[in-house]
Amino acid sequence: MNNTQIKISTKNLNLYYGDNHAVKNINIRIEEKKVTALIGPSGCGKSTFLKTLNRMNDLIPYVRITGDVYFEDLDVYKDYDIVELRKRIGMVFQKPNPFPMSIYDNVAYGPRTHGIKAKEILDEIVKSSLEKAALWEEVKDRLKQNALGLSGGQQQRLCIARVLAVEPEVILMDEPTSALDPLATLKIEDLVHELRNNYTIIIVTHNMQQAARISDQTAFFLHGEVVEYGPTKKIFRVPEDKRTEDYITGRFG
Amino acid sequence: MNKACNSISANISYGTQQKKYRLRNLKEHIAEGLLLLCAFLAVISLLIIATYIFYSGVPIFGKVGFKEIVFGMVWKPLEGSFGIFPMIAASLLATLGSVAFGATVGLMTAVFLAELSPLWLSKIVRPAIELLAGIPSVVYGFFGLIVIVPLIDKYCGGGGNSLLAAIMILGIMILPTIVSISETSLRAVPVEYKEGSLALGASQLQTIFKVTIPAAKSGIAAGIILGMGRAIGETMAVILVIGNTPQLPGSLLDRARTLTSNIAIEMSYAQGLHQEALFATGVVLFVFIMILNIVLTTIFRKAGEEK
Repeated sequence: MNNTQIKISTKNLNLYYGDNHAVKNINIRIEEKKVTALIGPSGCGKSTFLKTLNRMNDLIPYVRITGDVYFEDLDVYKDYDIVELRKRIGMVFQKPNPFPMSIYDNVAYGPRTHGIKAKEILDEIVKSSLEKAALWEEVKDRLKQNALGLSGGQQQRLCIARVLAVEPEVILMDEPTSALDPLATLKIEDLVHELRNNYTIIIVTHNMQQAARISDQTAFFLHGEVVEYGPTKKIFRVPEDKRTEDYITGRFG
Repeated sequence: MNKACNSISANISYGTQQKKYRLRNLKEHIAEGLLLLCAFLAVISLLIIATYIFYSGVPIFGKVGFKEIVFGMVWKPLEGSFGIFPMIAASLLATLGSVAFGATVGLMTAVFLAELSPLWLSKIVRPAIELLAGIPSVVYGFFGLIVIVPLIDKYCGGGGNSLLAAIMILGIMILPTIVSISETSLRAVPVEYKEGSLALGASQLQTIFKVTIPAAKSGIAAGIILGMGRAIGETMAVILVIGNTPQLPGSLLDRARTLTSNIAIEMSYAQGLHQEALFATGVVLFVFIMILNIVLTTIFRKAGEEK
């Protein structure tokens, strides 16, 4: 049909927090090297869904998951070692969460964890990751300083650099700009634009303009279900579902 | 007439009101004064203790010589020889040894409780450790004498009363302090750090050792130093197991005597210079504890600044 590859797909995916049915029967196919936005009102299950893709929900007790998540045709919950999976599917969180250590050590954390010890290689990874995250120029003279001294926007780009250092194929972003000011938000959006050439990006946002600006595909979540999924332009111009239209035009949410 | 009456009665009630206020103010002042007195009691006690120890213990340094006391190797107070170096060494060795033991076991226990333990198991382990803190030190000493000393004698020889026995008893005694403070600071590490690490593909143990423990390090250090303070000041448990011979211990299996046990054992019959020498022992102990406290407050202040 077309030449885009499917990177991640789910089949009848359900997630329960105890009795709460948080994610309902999701069937979605996410394309490689595209930006897919997940939009919807708070509590609609979009972040929870995102976390099923790299198994971050494993941390939470009382979570039950049924159905399948496929990452390149292999089942995320059955066929992958969790370390290998999370190396290939990186994640950026809502609140910038750099570790309380130096900028350098933050970026080198992933590669070191995966066994890279040689200083020259680490130096190279740190530099190229910070460059890709558009942060190198701002921090190159203070790599040894504590990362908590950076501004919120810089911290978030550092977190992106930290993910890039592990060389993932997919990057999950859970409302990465919700804690940032408009200028810092713009920088992150530009960065997402750059990164889409090499990575598959799935971004949760409740900022609809952001989804419209940066994504190729958009999925609209409501009460744990995907109401509508398709090309962003189509979703925002001619939504098929009345509920999507209501949400996008600001009638609720 | 009527008007005048009114104004008089108003005046009277104004006067009683004033009295009431004055009485209330007086009560407030007295209460505040009492609270202030209570607050000063601790400070005054500290001042009196410090003054008394230094007043009684410092003169002998002039009479016998600082070097002869602090670096003197022979403690024969009745023959005029007041070297307490063996006791200083024993105190430091017992403290460092017990902290090495207690900090390792305590930190691992805290990590287990904070990060790994299922709820039902921490409900057993945590109260057990907290209970350890409530056991009187003489009971620890008794336990050491009955259980640990014979075990050391059996497997290592040398009679059992030894520096090693003291280290083991003190190591167990300081566990509750180290465990509870370390656990609290490990639990205070934001969950976002752990998520960040796990999401990068780090395993749970890598996350604990590379992110969680470093992030909690100032709290853990504070716990260890508080434990140290307890170990260096402990007297009763040590007297019962260490053998109390005032000699420089050559090995872990040798008998030794700490600064605290030196004071406790001899104070009841000491007189004159001998008594002064015991106070000098107290001065040395006091200085050690002051140093520990200064280090502790520095760590807390630094931790506060980081946040």
